[in-house]
Amino acid sequence: MTEPHRPLVAVLDYGIGNLRSAQKAFEQAGADARLTADPALIADARAVVLPGVGAFGACMDALRAAALDEVAVDAARAAADGGRPFLGICVGMQMLYEGSAESPDHDGLGVLDGRLSLLPATEKRPQMQWNRLEISRPSQLFSTVDDPVWVYFVHSYAASAEGDHVVATCEYGGPVAAAVEHGQLWATQFHPEKSGGTGLQLLQAFVAAAGAP
Amino acid sequence: MRVARVIPCLDVDAGRVVKGVNFIGLRDAGDPVELAARYDAEGADELVLLDITASSDGRGTVVDMVRRTAEQVFIPFTIGGGIRTVDDARRLLRAGADKVSVNTAAVDRPELIAEIAAEFGNQCVVVAIDARARRENSGTGAEGWEVFIHGGRTPTGLDVIDWARRAESLGAGEILLTSMDRDGTRDGFDTELTAAVSETVGVPVIASGGVGTLQHLVEGITIGRADAVLAASIFHFGEHTVHEAKAHLTAAGVVVRP
Repeated sequence: MTEPHRPLVAVLDYGIGNLRSAQKAFEQAGADARLTADPALIADARAVVLPGVGAFGACMDALRAAALDEVAVDAARAAADGGRPFLGICVGMQMLYEGSAESPDHDGLGVLDGRLSLLPATEKRPQMQWNRLEISRPSQLFSTVDDPVWVYFVHSYAASAEGDHVVATCEYGGPVAAAVEHGQLWATQFHPEKSGGTGLQLLQAFVAAAGAP
Repeated sequence: MRVARVIPCLDVDAGRVVKGVNFIGLRDAGDPVELAARYDAEGADELVLLDITASSDGRGTVVDMVRRTAEQVFIPFTIGGGIRTVDDARRLLRAGADKVSVNTAAVDRPELIAEIAAEFGNQCVVVAIDARARRENSGTGAEGWEVFIHGGRTPTGLDVIDWARRAESLGAGEILLTSMDRDGTRDGFDTELTAAVSETVGVPVIASGGVGTLQHLVEGITIGRADAVLAASIFHFGEHTVHEAKAHLTAAGVVVRP
């Protein structure tokens, strides 16, 4: 007899925001999702999620205070090299870059090249809405969803749409980086856990990668 | 690309939906969680749950309702009503709400906006403003709008435009703007009010109050320049589905998520 396989997904809990809805969404997508700052549990997990809401600098400070910054860097680099899957969400994606105009005195994790800029002044900020993705190249993340893909964004800063590893963009006063994929390192500027059925499908693709032998 | 949002609003008293709800096939039309899931399935972009519980002993049900909603609804939802302190906000956000809406307490003590924003981010803080047109200069029509609190019973003397600007500067991520003159009339949004606020602030504005037809939703976006439209009765009484609302908006040239 085999149990239905629910891969252990560690959602890094460094004291910011509300992570309960993210945990629930990962569980709905088939994961055994744990909110944790415990290095042993994170080491045991089949995948790692770095969430984030609020200001870039506040998130970086909190991540460092929880002693999870190096854990996150190591996990993200290993994923980029094809190791266990890693997903950054919203500010969790942003922190993977070198820095952000939002908090110029804070360094990012530097796993991805480039810095975030403020969205164009011609648009409302934050972008707080659903938007349609332009899938710019094939990826694992979007392999299971049909075009058009609509997802929910809440952000005022964004990475360059021309940056490395960008697999999807959205249009908001110009093209905006919406998702990156590099090996098994995935990151989304939008919130898959708040993007209804489409978001759950994306999380299922991630959980499936986590559960792959 | 600006994509308008359609947001059904549920009024909840002691954990039960009030105002008529006329869906076919609901096991319990008074259960906010079942209704929320239904609106999610119909294509609602977000939900607002407004707690109108008067008695303090009914209050404990709110956290439980938010927790159950978060387990079943995977679109953003806002909880409003009776949030007076950062502790109140924290309890609801930790239970799984994505945003909290503050109204009276923010007027009484505007720092509340900054305090919630500092802990959870601006995107979590919706400032709800109940607005009524000033009528002093009746010869020239209304002269601006005044902020009311305590569910619209108490005038504050505050100018709506000034207060919206202040709320934004303190950290509001969004303004939920209700026209008390239109609320319940089914005559359509006060688009003049909505446009005045939307053009003043840089954050998104949700238009509320007065929707009676699907065309009113269009006007809220095109004339009122709102980023989102909130409605209650046209959805609750089964007159229109969210899906129909979106089809109407699309036909009128407003971009929405299908």
